[in-house]
Amino acid sequence: MTATTPEGASHHDAPSLRGRRHRRRWNPNLVAGSVFVGLIVLAAAVSFVWTPYDPTQVDTSARLVTPSVDHWLGTDKFGRDIFSQLMVGARTTLFVGVISVGLAALAGVPLGIFAGMTSRRWAGEVTMRFNDLLLAFPSLLLAIMLAAIFGGSTLVAMIAIGIGSIPSFALLIRGGTMQAMKSEYVLAARVVGRRPVAIGVRHILPNVSGLIIVQSSVLFAIAILGEAALSFLGLGTPPPTPSWGRMLQESQTLLWQAPRLAFIPGIAIALAVLGFNLLGDGLRDIFDPRLEDRR
Amino acid sequence: MTIVGSADQVRPDPDAALSVRGLTRDYHRPRTSLFHASPPVHALRNVSFDVAKGERFGVVGESGSGKSTLLRILAGLDHATSGTVTVNGTEITNLPEKRLGFLREQLQVIFQDPMSSLDPHMRIGDIIAEPLVATAHLGSRDRVAELLEAVGLDANAVNRYPHQFSGGQRQRISIARALAPKPRIILADEPVSALDVSVRAQVLNLLADIVENLSLTLFFISHDLSVVRHVCERVAVMHEGKIVEMGTVDDVYDSPRDPYTRGLIASIPTLDRALSGAVASGLGTDAL
Repeated sequence: MTATTPEGASHHDAPSLRGRRHRRRWNPNLVAGSVFVGLIVLAAAVSFVWTPYDPTQVDTSARLVTPSVDHWLGTDKFGRDIFSQLMVGARTTLFVGVISVGLAALAGVPLGIFAGMTSRRWAGEVTMRFNDLLLAFPSLLLAIMLAAIFGGSTLVAMIAIGIGSIPSFALLIRGGTMQAMKSEYVLAARVVGRRPVAIGVRHILPNVSGLIIVQSSVLFAIAILGEAALSFLGLGTPPPTPSWGRMLQESQTLLWQAPRLAFIPGIAIALAVLGFNLLGDGLRDIFDPRLEDRR
Repeated sequence: MTIVGSADQVRPDPDAALSVRGLTRDYHRPRTSLFHASPPVHALRNVSFDVAKGERFGVVGESGSGKSTLLRILAGLDHATSGTVTVNGTEITNLPEKRLGFLREQLQVIFQDPMSSLDPHMRIGDIIAEPLVATAHLGSRDRVAELLEAVGLDANAVNRYPHQFSGGQRQRISIARALAPKPRIILADEPVSALDVSVRAQVLNLLADIVENLSLTLFFISHDLSVVRHVCERVAVMHEGKIVEMGTVDDVYDSPRDPYTRGLIASIPTLDRALSGAVASGLGTDAL
């Protein structure tokens, strides 16, 4: 027999990540999510080099202008250009999302892997009970507490949202880790004498990476909502840095005169959250091993 | 070759490759009642045997007979409730995993399912080199090429991923990985039961040839009696955590003494029986 003879290939070719990704390329959730997220990323990226107006520039001669050729989405009560604010606000939103999700992943993933791998049962239990404690604590309340102590700022919002997202990460990754620990490739790695840290980094982490990506996307949506809520409450991004949440807050007093001031950032927030949620759903379809059987 | 009776001695045989004495493993199910402890599950009950160096030893039994538990304990992946396991004269029972380094260079395992025993995110070269990395061997690239050749795979396989190979090829990769640290003992956990019938013989013959050429000790688990007969010299029959019969393959197959063994052997499908429409009766039917 030659080396490359396929042996029962049809029967044994297990679906791989690569294969699945290929097969489900036109997942509608994924496409819609990618488009929304892509638009926001594009707006944020462009805002670094170009915005129609300086978003913080006050122009008393052009207060509450309705949408026109000069001001595509009109201006607010100080005469600031809404479209420019929206673009720079996207930057704030993404920045908060990236940092808080990154923080949550950095803490939650190792915690989850540790809790799932440890052979000392009490260590895993202690970690997870602590996790439950954090999970039970509303993260918005935590953010308000932190903001009350340290004062409202983008940094405090990011840290608070990040801490609030740790437990769901840890919980999910622990589940994935426990599943991977039962697989024969981890047993095989133990038999060849791999130490736990090497198994965690070389085997567990790559095999829960799909979970990490999906969860990051979903948590990103929650982080956007959290930042908007905190800014709305005046505990997030301080003026004059544009933020969607604060735009919403500033529109309150003019809700009847100029409802578009509330609608525009509201729609932006909704689209961003929807986009990241759809992206997360789409990615889950790709990574979820349970879908293998439903081909 | 060791005789069956010697396993009844209390002291382990220092010259044997594997020497098992009074091995017992109880599992506890999760509690279902607040007031009563859950009854233990006896996966292994007082199992004793010796495998001489260079011997090919088979264990047969249906699923749940404790054979996989036995293999895990031999490989240092599980701990025994009581009893001892001695590998090449060194007791390994209840040593913590980090002190089993010496065992890794003497004993390796080929797992049942080549779909799950190879990490889907790793290249073949890294998979085969893993035992070498773990034991800090040098020159692993040459060794990997050598191993691939030994199991009849192309050298360019190193940069590919497990899903690009068929089941039989993957089991060859698994064999190559097990051989990497030059072990003296190979434990095989149903190495062909997950494969297509058409490739079983190829993989089985490869394994038998390698064991023969390198004069390795083989500990082979299967529920398939004909596979064990093909590969092994001596066989133990397990049932409900106990060894019910042990002897040379020919003795056990031709003149089984234990009723359970008789049932198992009677249920091996043969052409004659299939043609005459006779239904295999007895205990072993489910197992096969």
